[in-house]
Amino acid sequence: MDQYILNLIFVGGSFALYVGIAIWARAGSTADFYAASRGVNPVVNGAATAADWMSAASFISMAGLIAAVGYGNSTFLMGWTGGYVLLAMLLAPYLRKFGRFTVPDFIGDRFYSQTARLVAVISLLIISVTYVIGQMTGAAVAFSRFLEVDNTTGLFIASGVVFIYAVLGGMKGITYTQLAQYCVLIVAYTIPAVFISMQLTGNPLPQLGLWSTHTASGQPLLTTLNEVLMDLGFNDYTGNHGSTFNMVLFTMSLMVGTAGLPHVIIRFFTVPRVADARTSAGWALVFIALLYTVAPAVGAMARLNIITTLWPQGIEGEPLAFDEKPDWMLNWERTGLLRFEDKNGDGLIQYYNQNNPPARAIEEGWEGNEMVLFNNDILVLANPEIAQLPGWVIGLIAAGGLAAALSTAAGLLLAISSAVSHDLIKKMINPGISEKGELLAARISMAFAIALATWLGLNPPGFAAQVVALAFGLAAASLFPAIMLGIFSKKMNSTGAIVGMLVGLLSTVLYIFTYLGWFFIPGTNMLPNTPDNWLFGISPLSFGTVGAILNFLAAWITLKMTTEAPAEIQELVESIRVPKGAGAAVDH
Amino acid sequence: MSDKSTDDYWKANVRIITICMVIWALVSFGFGIVFRPLLAGIPIGGTDLGFWFAQQGSMLTFIVLIFYYRSYMNKLDKEFGVEE
Repeated sequence: MDQYILNLIFVGGSFALYVGIAIWARAGSTADFYAASRGVNPVVNGAATAADWMSAASFISMAGLIAAVGYGNSTFLMGWTGGYVLLAMLLAPYLRKFGRFTVPDFIGDRFYSQTARLVAVISLLIISVTYVIGQMTGAAVAFSRFLEVDNTTGLFIASGVVFIYAVLGGMKGITYTQLAQYCVLIVAYTIPAVFISMQLTGNPLPQLGLWSTHTASGQPLLTTLNEVLMDLGFNDYTGNHGSTFNMVLFTMSLMVGTAGLPHVIIRFFTVPRVADARTSAGWALVFIALLYTVAPAVGAMARLNIITTLWPQGIEGEPLAFDEKPDWMLNWERTGLLRFEDKNGDGLIQYYNQNNPPARAIEEGWEGNEMVLFNNDILVLANPEIAQLPGWVIGLIAAGGLAAALSTAAGLLLAISSAVSHDLIKKMINPGISEKGELLAARISMAFAIALATWLGLNPPGFAAQVVALAFGLAAASLFPAIMLGIFSKKMNSTGAIVGMLVGLLSTVLYIFTYLGWFFIPGTNMLPNTPDNWLFGISPLSFGTVGAILNFLAAWITLKMTTEAPAEIQELVESIRVPKGAGAAVDH
Repeated sequence: MSDKSTDDYWKANVRIITICMVIWALVSFGFGIVFRPLLAGIPIGGTDLGFWFAQQGSMLTFIVLIFYYRSYMNKLDKEFGVEE
């Protein structure tokens, strides 16, 4: 069967499933719309959280990022999973006990301040809107490659599907579509990885294959990979070639940022009890780890596969000729994400590190690396083609990439629309609004958020990759410390929390803009973005950790200079620390 | 509420969280990054134990930590009579 038809069947089939679920899970009340009436089974919520969390970045980009650097990018694996330990122990159970619908709702009520609520809403909007851009562009890439439609059409189809289930079903619809999307994305990610692990090591489990013997060379896979990379003048895969200090800071920023992301936190409002919130965090991490333990195997194995494709007889033999390029290279060259250039005009592709050329490159006078562009995002999407797997696996990957992007987009859109309809409209502008009116406002905000996301997807700012660092940095520096202080410090008052959030928010934004340009506009950075210009050698991407520490310090110093929180607030904090009575908080 | 106070419950909670957080930091920032050179002598699949912790081991430890905390807290909730 034609590949295009197969892709269409898989993508179309999965979309039909999501719409079907949307019709079944319509929301009838604001409790349905914001929190699925707090009736979601903790294991189901774990799977939904995993889909909500694993975005286009996890599914499409992460294995490619690990493949490109090796050990140094383990930061993503540890950082994006370690945050769940923080969520399970420091935030989720108490937020569930408090029984509100949004993150700013907790901050506003706990710090008895509309200013605190507003600062939280602003942080949430910056974080979630920047995050949603990446999902829409990820969906557009998948559409244009696999369905051969232009980006615009692809985005309208994706937005249309999200519109149906998010506007109709709110959190309830999103929860059950995310469950379905998790199943689609995990199957799509695992199947090609199993095949490739079998081909290279004979071990069907990629998690074990990574540490197994490479059948062709008879030595451990990672040893072979290190050897071929060093033969071509690249760094070895398993060595540490960066700054240990920044690796620690960056990992910490990703962990704290993950725990502070509003669209992840609100998933824990959907379970019936406090104990379920803890259970749910555990299951979420199990479901995430099913993909995250496969990703490093996919990265290492695909890197080895690509090198052996380009150097079929090893570095001493003849490289691949331009007119013998496999189909997957031709397919991806058309997307502009892969490019070759015959610099020395010999019709052969010499792929090597031109900054540290191997002896043969100098002897034979090669004129530079001829695989001039390899976008990291190709790796996972092209994986089935690189490993010469059947066409249905490619169709599955297309559906999986879209499931990852759309499930995260829906979670983000809900976080955005509930902050607008619940915190801005109901809690600040029009407190007298009826239940029906608020539900309508929530649906209208959702429709606006989808329109905004589509527009941003059609006109992506040139800085889409950097804004993700901003989203994590801000979540780490503003929301996480405020929520944690609200639970763990009974005395923390409104002034302390507001000063803390503003210090965290502003210091992080200023530090990032100083090196990456004001609003990421190229050329407006005040200092060059190189390690010797960084303050104490701290990379702007790792600054979230520092912002969080500044937030804690500023809040604590302010508290010492002002009066502590009033007695009734301290009693409130005592009550959220014990699970008993969470059921009563369902409808507030 | 039973005979024991909320304060004791909270202290016990903070204590177990602290223990879990020490292990959390030890496997990731410790074994995976800072102490990796110390583990260089322990080989695993063509590399060393530190690389394994960075790419797989810390994640698996995180899962164990959360489920351990969950069952510990479920027991603690009952002991203090604050379960739902």
